Amino acid sequence: MTESARLADRYRRRFLAAVGVGAVLGSGAIRLVELAAAKPDDQPVSGEVRWGMMIDTSKCAEGCTDCVDACNDEHGLDGFGRPQTDAQWIRKLEVRERATGKVTSLPMLCQHCEHPPCVDVCPTGASFRRADGIVLVNKHTCIGCRYCMMACPYKARSFVHENLTDQRPWSPRGKGTVESCTFCVHRIDRDARPACVEACSAAGHGAMVFGDLNDPDSDIARRAREVPSRQVRPDLDLNTGVRYEGI
Amino acid sequence: MNTRYETLGGTGRGYYVPLILLGALAAAGLAASHYMDVHGHVVTGMTNQVVWGMPHVFAVFLILAASGALNVASLSSVFGRGEYKPLARLSGLVAVALLVGGLAVLVLDLGRPDRLIVAMTTYNFKSIFAWNIFLYTGFLAVVAVYLWMMFEPRMNRHTKTAGTVAFAWRFILTTGTGSIFGFLVARQAYDAAIMAPMFIVMSLSFGTAVFILVAVAAGRLAGRTLPDAMLARLKRLLGLFVMAVLYFALAYHLANLYVTEHHGVEYFILVDGGVYTALFWLLQVGVGALVPLALIYLPRFSARRWTPAAAALVVVGGVAQLYVIIIGGQAYPLSMFPGADVSSSFFDGVVASYAPSLPEIVLGVGGIALALLVTLVGMRVLPFMPDRYVDGTGG
Ligand code: SF4
Repeated sequence: MTESARLADRYRRRFLAAVGVGAVLGSGAIRLVELAAAKPDDQPVSGEVRWGMMIDTSKCAEGCTDCVDACNDEHGLDGFGRPQTDAQWIRKLEVRERATGKVTSLPMLCQHCEHPPCVDVCPTGASFRRADGIVLVNKHTCIGCRYCMMACPYKARSFVHENLTDQRPWSPRGKGTVESCTFCVHRIDRDARPACVEACSAAGHGAMVFGDLNDPDSDIARRAREVPSRQVRPDLDLNTGVRYEGI
Repeated sequence: MNTRYETLGGTGRGYYVPLILLGALAAAGLAASHYMDVHGHVVTGMTNQVVWGMPHVFAVFLILAASGALNVASLSSVFGRGEYKPLARLSGLVAVALLVGGLAVLVLDLGRPDRLIVAMTTYNFKSIFAWNIFLYTGFLAVVAVYLWMMFEPRMNRHTKTAGTVAFAWRFILTTGTGSIFGFLVARQAYDAAIMAPMFIVMSLSFGTAVFILVAVAAGRLAGRTLPDAMLARLKRLLGLFVMAVLYFALAYHLANLYVTEHHGVEYFILVDGGVYTALFWLLQVGVGALVPLALIYLPRFSARRWTPAAAALVVVGGVAQLYVIIIGGQAYPLSMFPGADVSSSFFDGVVASYAPSLPEIVLGVGGIALALLVTLVGMRVLPFMPDRYVDGTGG
């Protein structure tokens, strides 16, 4: 965006903010609110669904970044070559147990908690949890205070530290606001799986299973029943939507 | 005979030089925030690892000091210590001014400061941050009413009531500020119930220190230096609070040492944390507590000469303490997998580095300048300064 267009955009936002939420809703640039209220064609988001992810760490290859690359591509997280401030919605962790030396490789992303600390602390309610369990940031009411980043036990959130260009239309992002994994809500609402899960299975690893934890017949619910898995920081009682096998 | 209060007179350099200087610093802070707004926070030292930086150190200091600056007024109207009464009005003014300065820094550091209106109209009542917005604006209103009771002779009889409300409000406000950190259970450094009471004693100490400095300067500007007896009194008050802060800091770290899960972060702050360890022992404990205590309690240091010095050191130590708490607490990595070493491309498992950049320091200093500017202008337009420092009326 050019400087003047950017300024114009800023003033437009200021004006809209002053006029109030109603005007904001009318501004016609609302991707996320639209998505959040997502009605996949004719049905509303259902509270009967709880989207979740099961990660089998034994299948997750050390050094593999297929899921990370897919995410960056899907959401246009190109970065500026500044690792301290560039956004990462999903990253690979190398976990080395001190007592045994056992090394586990796993992807870390927003855990889409049932009781998300980021939602509790957010002063404006911009950080919210959809009825189907997906935790999102409303980019129109986030004031960029970063309290949610302080509260997240998984370091899952990034702050947009500089001006962005060429954002993906389905993945709203903006300087001065906080963002994190959306579980590819735009794909879920069209009955597709998140980009990372697709990439992982396309590459033949099959380390990530995605689905509805509340549907007893789903793959993920069956796995959760049959295979031992755990949450990261279970002591916090957050009931995460992402679970790990083999840690 | 009753104390009479006067506005700051004179049009000479004594008024305009500080006015222009403070105005320039405050304007620089505003410019710094605009620069951060245009380029994004990439021009600060803050990162995805250390998300709150220098602006928050300054803002929290000012907010805590605001509540503590009201000590003198509270002592006079709530506890009937008439000897403090001549300074009670100034105490209220400094409290308001510090809070305004702190809030300005906090707001101007937001990623989207232009959305302040969103923050003021959309609330998530589960968030302690949202509650703080009420606590802060409420504090301004409560102290304004309190000042009005003090100023308006017909309202004087309500001073005690208004003072008591303000007194209670201060404690809630500081508890709220401490809870911003106390609720962060995910982070080892903050996961402690003692956080809120510790913030209360910190506010008493920082606020008294700042008030002493302002009162001495204001007395000089008004051509009415603070008498030795008043300085000695304020100095004893400061001494008590400095000891209390030291005690709480100790209790906090000892309690943390007791919790196995928190050993890592304790070792980090107390022994192995490089700049944070140095700041803790040298500035917070040494320069900010032990030296001022010596200046306050050793008889060879006279109150007249050394009280302002002690107060200035307490301010330095206070800023250092908040730096250690806010930045040191974030620099220490999150523990997601106890008993394991973690590494990633996102700085998991390593101590985060942080170096404050010029714009964020200028923004923080701008907040201090704004607070002093508000005080100075306030003294100019309304009668805050007493014509004498003894008052027989009490209350
Ligand atoms: S940064 Fe945005 S989403 Fe996060 S707590 Fe602040 S307002 Fe809420």
